[in-house]
Amino acid sequence: MSVAEKAPIAAAKKPAPARRNGRWAGYSHLLMARLLELKREPEVVFWVFVFPLLLALGLGIAFRNKPGDVVSVAMVAGTESQDAQTLLALSPQRDQFKVQVLNQNEARQGFRLGKFDVVIEPDGHGGLQYRFDTARPESVLARSEVNDALQSAAGRKDIIATSTVTSSEPGSRYIDFLIPGLLGMNLMNSGMWGIGFALVDMRQRKLLKRYVGTPMRRGDFLLAIMTSRLLLMVIEIGLLLVFGVLFFHMRVLGSVGSISLIGGLGSLTFGGVGLLTASRAQKIESISGLINLVMMPMWIFSGVFFSYERFPAVIHPLIKALPLTALNDALRASILEGTPLFQQWPRLLVLALWGGISFVLALKWFRWT
Amino acid sequence: MPAAIQCRDLRKTYDGKLEAVRGLNLEIQTGECFGLLGPNGAGKTTTIEILEGLLAPTSGQVSILGHSWKEDEREMREWLGISLQETRLSEKLTVRETIELFASFYREPRSCDEVLEQLQLTEKADSWVGKLSGGQRQRLAVATALVCNPKILFLDETTTGLDPQSRRQLWDIIRAFQRDGGTVLLTTHYMDEAERLCDRLAIVDHGQVIAEGSPADLIERLGGHHVVEFSVSAISNGATLGSAKEAWSGLPSVESVREDADDGTIALNVKQPHLTIPALLDAIDQQGAQLQRLTTRQASLEDVFVRLTGRHLREQ
Repeated sequence: MSVAEKAPIAAAKKPAPARRNGRWAGYSHLLMARLLELKREPEVVFWVFVFPLLLALGLGIAFRNKPGDVVSVAMVAGTESQDAQTLLALSPQRDQFKVQVLNQNEARQGFRLGKFDVVIEPDGHGGLQYRFDTARPESVLARSEVNDALQSAAGRKDIIATSTVTSSEPGSRYIDFLIPGLLGMNLMNSGMWGIGFALVDMRQRKLLKRYVGTPMRRGDFLLAIMTSRLLLMVIEIGLLLVFGVLFFHMRVLGSVGSISLIGGLGSLTFGGVGLLTASRAQKIESISGLINLVMMPMWIFSGVFFSYERFPAVIHPLIKALPLTALNDALRASILEGTPLFQQWPRLLVLALWGGISFVLALKWFRWT
Repeated sequence: MPAAIQCRDLRKTYDGKLEAVRGLNLEIQTGECFGLLGPNGAGKTTTIEILEGLLAPTSGQVSILGHSWKEDEREMREWLGISLQETRLSEKLTVRETIELFASFYREPRSCDEVLEQLQLTEKADSWVGKLSGGQRQRLAVATALVCNPKILFLDETTTGLDPQSRRQLWDIIRAFQRDGGTVLLTTHYMDEAERLCDRLAIVDHGQVIAEGSPADLIERLGGHHVVEFSVSAISNGATLGSAKEAWSGLPSVESVREDADDGTIALNVKQPHLTIPALLDAIDQQGAQLQRLTTRQASLEDVFVRLTGRHLREQ
């Protein structure tokens, strides 16, 4: 029995093709599909856009600068201390001090608990004794300020004429330090999750395999994912900066162009790292672990919430070689100091190397099926 | 004219030890609907994915319409419509967006509306994929394969888990595709489906083709013409059913005997039931047993399958 006999050749009614697709049809559809998916995923909107704002708001309020830090002084009751109290009340800096007179035990107890910055005790020989803690900066400061105030009120003459100007400008506060750090961290988070996790999810769902069963250009697919990342990046940076400016009166010195360029490079870098992390993993459970493993050192060392200067100087070169450190430093320099891009080339180079090498390795190892 | 799909001595070894496919040969002509049957783990999906160019064989040749994957992959992709086992399409895209997305990968795709209509998805065009029923999802999977106007359609267990009505809808779609000159390669769990839909079948077990031919041909060669199934009550004179098995196979016109361990039903493959049945009744009578059930039917593909693999297709 021949097959030709069995397959009835119906009146060939192959419908004429409806259209011809151009070179970029696949890319533009992939990009559109990705953006639609992101838009329809409420979790994405929350984690990418709302969460960083809440974090900035919370930390910004917790660490806001208190107006004119007041030094709280405990004075142990006695004759000498009464004189001292009188002198302090006369001194021009009197508003800076909050003085409480107590007995010795109460004073020392309060000092131990951090309620007082310095304790003034009679030394038993007609003089005064400061009790302070060299490990607490505010305590060291309190001692010298109290001493200064007392001495000058008692008639000490300063030999060199000095004058002071106070400076508490936007740019030097914690929130100013924090917002660029949050930006960097957010770009890392959304690059790693938005690309790494999304790809493994598609691999696990066999969607990647289904795609490579079509003539889709694989490069276009990755390009579309990266493009969607860049578009989100613009919104992420814009939102956080506008928020910082409106709520915390942050001053942005760098140009929008250079900040966007740094942000874009950062996004691509972490996109590359995310791609590499996701290049082999088959299950979303394993990629979650991997992503956290990759991001953990950068959360700690890269100066998101506090400066990495606090770590020993020996490891600074290592810390500076991390992509998030380079991104945070570059964003801070550009936003807070307006440092031009060409002066930042070592940082940008670090980013480009991480991104470029990751991308090349990822393409080599990437598993579509 | 080259065969639509041809493979020679196909082998696939995973991690150097698990041999999923061991020396498999197939030749499928243009315009045929060809079915791969086999128990789970027989190597069907591995085979179909190698033919689709998604998996590299350890050794052996594959040619699709005379072209090989190594040389013309991009061009060949334009001709093939693929529905994989268990692809989960993006749930947050609509049906139309999904089809348009797949259409965008091909040079000359069909219009989305036409495909929607053909697969009876027009009403669901603007629903999210996540909201579709199982049958609708499978039709969408086939829609993404048909939107490219393929020459060859690969369907890997596309009807598994569907209700009878959804399965029938898909059969109609597959038949229509074939009527227009398309070639189909499918794997399925359902014997009735294979029997009705496929021009030819290959039964695969342990990575090899163990039988090949048209359904009628296979049934005639391997299933016996008729099946007589019966069950009897406990035999009073002490002989067990097991020892009786030889007695059954000695009956006239019986080709083989099969015993279902679960319910004690005995199935005889028989050439001429009118010779076998009177002799069977006599034999039961002589043993002092009582006949509880007796049916005769035409042999089916299921009988062929069970005889060849020792397993029912769906009892894994």
